[in-house]
Amino acid sequence: MRESIIMKIHYGTALGAVALVAVHILMRMTQNFDQSLQYQNVIANYHFLPYALMLEAVLILLSVHGFNGLRVILLELKQGSTYERMVNYGSIAAMAVLIAYGSRTILMAGMGIS
Amino acid sequence: MAVVTTPKPSEELISINKTLDQTNTITLRIARSNPAEGQETSYSEFKVPVKKWTTVLEAILYVKQNLDHAVAVRYSCRQASCGSCGMKINGKPGLACYTKVSELKSNVITVEPMNNFPIIRDLAVDFKQLISNHKKMKPFIIREDSEVTPESKEFIQTPKDLENFLQFSYCIKCGLCNSACPTMATDTSFIGPQGLAQAYRYVADNRDKGKEDRLKIVDDSHGIWRCHFAGSCSHVCPKGVDPAMAIQLLRGYMLGFQK
Repeated sequence: MRESIIMKIHYGTALGAVALVAVHILMRMTQNFDQSLQYQNVIANYHFLPYALMLEAVLILLSVHGFNGLRVILLELKQGSTYERMVNYGSIAAMAVLIAYGSRTILMAGMGIS
Repeated sequence: MAVVTTPKPSEELISINKTLDQTNTITLRIARSNPAEGQETSYSEFKVPVKKWTTVLEAILYVKQNLDHAVAVRYSCRQASCGSCGMKINGKPGLACYTKVSELKSNVITVEPMNNFPIIRDLAVDFKQLISNHKKMKPFIIREDSEVTPESKEFIQTPKDLENFLQFSYCIKCGLCNSACPTMATDTSFIGPQGLAQAYRYVADNRDKGKEDRLKIVDDSHGIWRCHFAGSCSHVCPKGVDPAMAIQLLRGYMLGFQK
């Protein structure tokens, strides 16, 4: 993939994440902050499908943005074709693992499995 | 109302002559190293007499002529046109021929080779990578009908078209921008502000048809996207070129904001 496309994704995910994380933070204000973090309220968030979908979107956006950012930092830190290939594939793998694990958590909580 | 009084011509001349004749002595610290022989950097100190107009290059040449012939320094035009005498002067990249000792406001002046370049010896650095990156940007007008034939017409360009790239064509390839670039300090494969500014210079030229080629070249994992917009390249340029702006404008082409 061309670097310009990767960076367009990087900027897009940043904007998307800022918007959705703002919604996520504002949702804490619908009730007292301590109440919003109580077990039943957190589980209720996952049972509410639109909110669960938004959490999934936040997870994807932040994983893609964060691991691409880390890839860029690592590419600037050291150079070499083997190292760069490892960093590129490593970032994609880490991104996929984090999204899979986070999605599993969202799904399990949504379906009431603990 | 403010009253401005101009000195009489004779008074003015006397005061200028007094200042110009004044000779001070400064300590010039020159970084010495020879990596080919595994020699670590050390500093040699010299006492150099300077006047108001003495440049750092003249101070170094005084040392070469009178105190130590072995100091290695690259220079040529002595008028900020050739871009040969770039070095770190009191920690800041600058042209030695364009920096007056008096403007540094210090009696101790330290000159070191530019950062982000391999050192050949003392103050002389290797420009291979800079020139190679410059060449990679295809620094010439690309178009099929560039050959002059009896039927060919001039490529018309308005003053406004010229404004788009004129300042970037003032680059003298001194390497100061690359030396000041924080990305170049860690990413040795980064094209650098000099190369990227030159890519923009030709992309913005309405006579040129090689935009797509150049955008492909800079669209690399060590290309235009690695610039963090620190702006230090523009800050140190002795010719008033703004490579940081060129990079942002070039990004505009890549993101589709500019056609």
